[in-house]
Amino acid sequence: MRLNPKAAQVLAVIVLGGATLLTLAVLVFVIVFVLSKGLPVLNWSFLADSPREMGKLGGIFPTLVGTLILPVAAIAIALPLGVGTAVYLTEYTRPGPATRAIRFGTDCLAGIPSIIFGLFGYIFFVTILHMGWCILSGALTLSIMVLPTIIRTAEEAIKAVPRSYREVSYSLGATRWETVWKAVLPNALPGIVTGVMLSVGRCIGETAAVIFTAGASLRLPHSAFDSVRTMAVHFYILAREGISTENAYGTAAVLVLSILIVNSVSYWMMHRFIAGRSA
Amino acid sequence: MKPILLSLLGVVVALGSGCGRGPSGQSITVAGSTAFQPFAEKLADQYMQSHPEATITVQGGGSSLGIQSALAGTAQVGMADLVTLPPEASGLTAMVAARDGIAVIVNPLNPLKDLSTGQIRDIFNGKIRNWKDAGGEDRPIRVVSRETGSGTRSSFEDIIGGISLLKESLVQDSNGTIRETVANDRDSIGYLSLGLLNDKVRAVKVDGGVCSDEAILAGHYKLVRPIYLLTQANASGVAADFVAYVLSSLGQDTIRRNGLLPAK
Amino acid sequence: MKGTGEKAAEWILRGLAFSALASLLLIAVFIFKEGAPFIFRLGLKDFLLSSDWRPHEGHFGISPMIVASFWVTLGAMLVGAPLGIAGAIFLNEFVPIQVRRIVKPMIELLAGIPSVVFGFIGVMVVAPLIRNHLGGPGLSLLAASLILGIMILPTIISISSDAIASVPRSYREGALALGATRWQSVHMVVLKAARSGIVAGIILGMGRAVGETMAVIMVAGNAVANPRSPLESVRTMTANIAQEMGSATGMHRQALFATGVVLFISIMVLNGLAMAAMKKREVKA
Repeated sequence: MRLNPKAAQVLAVIVLGGATLLTLAVLVFVIVFVLSKGLPVLNWSFLADSPREMGKLGGIFPTLVGTLILPVAAIAIALPLGVGTAVYLTEYTRPGPATRAIRFGTDCLAGIPSIIFGLFGYIFFVTILHMGWCILSGALTLSIMVLPTIIRTAEEAIKAVPRSYREVSYSLGATRWETVWKAVLPNALPGIVTGVMLSVGRCIGETAAVIFTAGASLRLPHSAFDSVRTMAVHFYILAREGISTENAYGTAAVLVLSILIVNSVSYWMMHRFIAGRSA
Repeated sequence: MKPILLSLLGVVVALGSGCGRGPSGQSITVAGSTAFQPFAEKLADQYMQSHPEATITVQGGGSSLGIQSALAGTAQVGMADLVTLPPEASGLTAMVAARDGIAVIVNPLNPLKDLSTGQIRDIFNGKIRNWKDAGGEDRPIRVVSRETGSGTRSSFEDIIGGISLLKESLVQDSNGTIRETVANDRDSIGYLSLGLLNDKVRAVKVDGGVCSDEAILAGHYKLVRPIYLLTQANASGVAADFVAYVLSSLGQDTIRRNGLLPAK
Repeated sequence: MKGTGEKAAEWILRGLAFSALASLLLIAVFIFKEGAPFIFRLGLKDFLLSSDWRPHEGHFGISPMIVASFWVTLGAMLVGAPLGIAGAIFLNEFVPIQVRRIVKPMIELLAGIPSVVFGFIGVMVVAPLIRNHLGGPGLSLLAASLILGIMILPTIISISSDAIASVPRSYREGALALGATRWQSVHMVVLKAARSGIVAGIILGMGRAVGETMAVIMVAGNAVANPRSPLESVRTMTANIAQEMGSATGMHRQALFATGVVLFISIMVLNGLAMAAMKKREVKA
């Protein structure tokens, strides 16, 4: 039987709309589930206290510190590498075998799963370089993981800076580097920051690569060579080991809220940036 | 290309060597057995309270990792909960820090109270697949085991003997996850460290012996394994001192109060 | 002076530009160095085709893990691809642009929810439902497929949606002018034009599903057996690595890195396919 076009149209709208609603419903359920169970647990002492008995009692303060330090350190390493790559690709060279190789490397790196990053970090930084499980091992590993995101967003941002800015700069006698530093990068900043925020979001939510490289110590770190536990790892351990379901939900709520905030800010910035560009 | 890689490596190595975590330093890492990890955390906290200059980081990872990292120097103290230590551990100094029972656990809804060693072997080998063949209800059995390399698993298999684990068994990588899995599924059976037993699951008697500290001390329960602390032979400083602390009456008391059995 | 500074800047930038490629090579070298010699010592056949995984007795067959990764990924695609593509079509073709502007970022935001949270929901909600209504241990191939299918939705929606949005307006207008309904214009014209982009989205989603670790460890049960039904427990390659790495030594550890080598190659093949699909789209456009 063949449906007439009108009926097919109605059916398509119902099926496609239903699928879209289902998708939204599932994703909203995930957030509501976590927040409804986790928000009641939250209070000041949950955030500000140290955990006791492996997190069964007390708060999550050291994991907040870990969640702040690891992404910041990872970005500190990845940002110069990523922006440098983007500047080189856009301002210093023409498309050719070298840029193709660089793009290929970036694209491949973007698809590598976190467990592979974790394995690599564990064998290279933790074991071969004798750094042990620590902030630095974790940050170096995460920095490689987010490098492609930073390169891509920075590249887009730099490409979007109008030609005229560069021309003005050159006509004033600036060298290429001065042009990049004083005319191009400042105007590409919002786009670069968007990439940074997206990367921070990815680092906050990461577990596999972090456990293998930064360890899971619940103590406050004193140096870059101390192990830390991030909220995502803490949640994983609390929930998996059944140490405290209540604190697991609380941690998950803080974790999900932080990621939603970080990602919302980066989307908001990206849209403002795109809007500003087309204006 | 190559010089860049090399210089990158150089920077990383330089940073890495700045790490002042020598084997006899003030800061040590204790790694290994996940069964002993919570107790080690507690002991480390107590130790650091009386020795504010020392920092002890406790990591899990499993017994094999404990032995490996003690050998490699990644950790200054390794923790291993094995009935028999592997040959490569012979280069290390091993001290029994505590003893631990292994409880065979079922879901609280399961009425079964008692299993023999032979029944446990048959269940984990897949010969008995229904609870009624072990004296229980007419329901399927779901076996939950630890991962290969786990000290609890190799001790369990050593003591029960003749186990070649049923392929369909679920595998979980810690005592806590075994407990959660058995607590969630009324047809399942698993095993875990007695110290981590709680009321979400129920321990069955093995060959008539109750799984409890008293029964183990009296020699009435057979699933018991030692927990070793391993250090390099020339260990000194915080590592040696911490091991001595664990073996002292203070440390042994903490171990007893928190649900493990003392070394002697 | 100025000239030397310029030269230095260019050289430094050129060095930085190779950081991603260098990292990729470094990762490949170290994973292969740890894992590949083991595969050749054991024999490719004994490693890939044997289903006997008993590392302490010297048996290292990972075929159940390869099979599991395959089924879990396929299951995730069966869940994620139809829903994701339907969502992408609906948001681009059937709702006002204002709605799309709100809903699409919402879905993309959800891509940031950590996999451990999805895994936990799998254990708390999905696995008990399966155990109580369909039987089996609950922690199963089906549970893993459902959770992964949901996790890859944002990837598929986002990339397919971009592909659909980039189909020129004139294509649709042409179809509509010929008297086609909206749906006819979509499935006769738009989907054909956006096909390679949608395929790329699906392949990238597959890559994500193959590589996912924590959520799978939590919900798949990790039994080393070839599943006879979706209700049985399986262990993927990623789960095998993450679960046993902590306590593995010697040959066992090498076998896990070798599992990583197989995973790495699978991911690279998928990446390559996705890139090829994307390129086809660029050529067309």
